[in-house]
Amino acid sequence: MNIDGSKANVDFGQGVLREVNVSLVDAKVGDYVLVHAGYAIQVIEEKEALETLSLWNSILEATPE
Amino acid sequence: MTENLKFRNPELAQNIAAKIKSLSPKAGKTKICHVCGTHEWTITHYGLRSLLPEDVEVIAGPGCPVCIVPAAEIDEAVQLAQMGIVVTCFGDVLRVPGSKMSLLEAKAAGADVRIVYAVSDAVEMAKHEPQKQFVFFAVGFETTAPSTAVEALGNPPKNLSFLVSHRLIPPAMELLLGVGDLQIDGFIAPGHVSAIIGLKPYELFPRVYRMPTVVAGFEPIDVLMAIYMIVKQQSEGTAKLENEYPRVVKPEGNPKALEMMNKAFTVTGGNWRGIGRLPDSALQLRESLADYDARLKYSVHVEQGKDILLGCECHLVIIGKIKPNECPMFMKACTPEKPVGACMVSNEGTCRVWSKNVAIQS
Repeated sequence: MNIDGSKANVDFGQGVLREVNVSLVDAKVGDYVLVHAGYAIQVIEEKEALETLSLWNSILEATPE
Repeated sequence: MTENLKFRNPELAQNIAAKIKSLSPKAGKTKICHVCGTHEWTITHYGLRSLLPEDVEVIAGPGCPVCIVPAAEIDEAVQLAQMGIVVTCFGDVLRVPGSKMSLLEAKAAGADVRIVYAVSDAVEMAKHEPQKQFVFFAVGFETTAPSTAVEALGNPPKNLSFLVSHRLIPPAMELLLGVGDLQIDGFIAPGHVSAIIGLKPYELFPRVYRMPTVVAGFEPIDVLMAIYMIVKQQSEGTAKLENEYPRVVKPEGNPKALEMMNKAFTVTGGNWRGIGRLPDSALQLRESLADYDARLKYSVHVEQGKDILLGCECHLVIIGKIKPNECPMFMKACTPEKPVGACMVSNEGTCRVWSKNVAIQS
């Protein structure tokens, strides 16, 4: 939501806003992050998530059984 | 949000299960091992084992960082608490039994033990109460260690120090391959540990041990997909390292986090509750941070503790030799309300996970 130095306000959904330490990642406002015990440990790419889903579908369709 | 539901899609799950079933005859008996309490939670909670054919088995290795903290280190934390130091830790560390007592019991007897959600909470507390001495009991695998590193390197207040009990996952995986009668055919590697360490640390498993290894995420589809990928490898006679979780796990992991860990810690041999000593499997603070090392600061060191109580079979559960319901105490003498062993205490302990889903497993 907004970044101030090493801390960011992260929207956890359903109105839950928490301060998270982002010094371990290169995150911009609007990015999705994976949070573990109060620290963002990775930026999650929505594009990657969607690509994964379509890749799975093509694997499952293509494999001759 | 809707994208997440696609990772739990029952139709997709059935589809993958059907593919696994059709590959199973060619793959033969396949025993897959994971090393993550959260993977066991997903597998158990979504009843994934009921979707698998008879010849495909998934067992749980030592994936619970709280469960494997040796009693000696709990004793060290208790000692510090009894010295009047404020001991801070994550929630489920509180009830882990030490040789004589848990931190919760020390607290009940008057020690100041406080649960924190993040390491930074301990830092804030220490800043706000400069008249007290604080220790953060740092437990966890590579997913958690970077945050301890961030704080230890961030010029923490002088009244704070760290009791470091971090452990590393790949050495535990290697250990399992040496357990003769376990006969593992493939590994599901932990997704969030891998978000930090990347793929390189697992390369030796396919290369040296011919062990198919797939890094997996935590949605049920992620896990099913990883199982499918391993069974497929088995059916083809290959042994590769694959990444099922590219939306979070990059091949290089998180370089910033790895750099912080390297700056703050050295790798050393460590004791694992129920397993014993594993070389190069634990982290300790570097000499440059000696002022923040609680063991040095307060001259606290417990050599040997009482890891497994009489009758407890946690040491067999954590290496996947028995299932929780094969332990004679499971849900009888040992329950979530009155746990005997560490596996029943932690949210990520195999026995604790099974206790919440007993009907499904039988």
